Amino acid sequence: MKARAFKYVRAETVEAAFDAYAEADGDCVYLAGGQSLVPSLSLRLQAPAVLIDISRIEALTGISKSGDVLRVGALTRHAEMLTSPEIARHAPLLRRAAPYVAHPAIRNKGTFGGTIALADPAAEFPAMTLALDAEFEIAGPDGRRTMKADGFFRDLFDTGLEPGEILVAIHIPVFGANDRCVFHELARRRGDYAVVGSGIQGTFDGDRLLSARIAFLSVASTPVRARHAEAAIANQVLSPEVIAAAQAALSEDLDPEDNEETSAAMRMHLARVLLGRLLGQLGRADCMHEGVHA
Amino acid sequence: MSERVPIALEVNGETVARTIEPRMSLADFLREELELTGTHLGCEMGVCGACLVLLNGKAVHACLMFAVQAHGERVETVEGLTERKAIADIQEAFHNNNALQCGFCTTGMLVTAHEMLSRGDILSREEIRDGLSGNYCRCTGYQAIVNSIETVAQARAVAGAAPSKPE
Repeated sequence: MKARAFKYVRAETVEAAFDAYAEADGDCVYLAGGQSLVPSLSLRLQAPAVLIDISRIEALTGISKSGDVLRVGALTRHAEMLTSPEIARHAPLLRRAAPYVAHPAIRNKGTFGGTIALADPAAEFPAMTLALDAEFEIAGPDGRRTMKADGFFRDLFDTGLEPGEILVAIHIPVFGANDRCVFHELARRRGDYAVVGSGIQGTFDGDRLLSARIAFLSVASTPVRARHAEAAIANQVLSPEVIAAAQAALSEDLDPEDNEETSAAMRMHLARVLLGRLLGQLGRADCMHEGVHA
Repeated sequence: MSERVPIALEVNGETVARTIEPRMSLADFLREELELTGTHLGCEMGVCGACLVLLNGKAVHACLMFAVQAHGERVETVEGLTERKAIADIQEAFHNNNALQCGFCTTGMLVTAHEMLSRGDILSREEIRDGLSGNYCRCTGYQAIVNSIETVAQARAVAGAAPSKPE
């Protein structure tokens, strides 16, 4: 349970990180919060020659609003997602998901960008970037680019980040006056990985839902958007019949696999139950006034 | 063998400097280099919470970071919290409630309790249990631990005392 020996480099700037990356000839990993990386190194699932610590790069920190976009620095810690007034106001879906991210001590160190770059399909925030139609600001040795959350999560722990690239910030369309969002997950124990989890954000015109984005976690090798279920509720009042139609459509969106703990049928059932509960909650006009579990 | 690197950090109010291998965890550094063995190692994967310390006032897993990452930072262990009596009332409540069986997890439980109580909120039992979700007691002594933290939360609220400084 001890990491293989490595050379440690602390990069103070993004450019310095790229220089270290080039010098290591790719045999290196970037370290941010380290809450998943350090155990991975300890188990020697990864054994790079060089560890490049990017956790103190100032340019990767901060939360700011510009026009109708909220920019969340990749090094923003999960604990800050819980307490930041900007997150609560402009990206309340993340505020609602944050209490479900691991435990308090992990939240004190783990970073928002780190969990997205890792892309654990059971993690809350990567899936929520799909529901929020987020865009990722990515820096690489050859320049900057942006990428939509849709299409970013390619496979298990495999993302649109190219070797050597660093996720700089996450851009999120700010929450509108007619928007509502809900999040919940089913887990055996608080703080444990969810058997299934989901977050939904939608825009309403009175009681009628104009459109919504539904994201699921812990149902496949990547976070998943439930596009058929979204289509079933678009331009509808969320009546029991409409919700039932969305639940039925879910079988076209999700195709979970059996594993040791949960059968595919069980997970699909729980996903439908969860979707029903969340849509029921979303349909209520006072849904944004409900207390958020902290 | 990687090259050893010099680090300097504040531990329990004192500056310490050592030259270490970068792969040494903060937990191993505290235990082996500084002989602060109150920081326990259970799972070494960030699950059990036995290794919790305060890093710049926030509870973190000492097994989930390398000592070299703490260069220039402020670390406080259960020994430091004990010495400055920041957790005296919590320790007393644990003692009175016999909030331990084997005691291995206790130091991590105390650090978690300290952080939870330092927020100054009136904590419900559900909130206490939620806060403890990152700490494993393999003897399943949770009931008495929750009772202890609840007792301190209520006592501090009654005393109207400012919560102890989260340092």
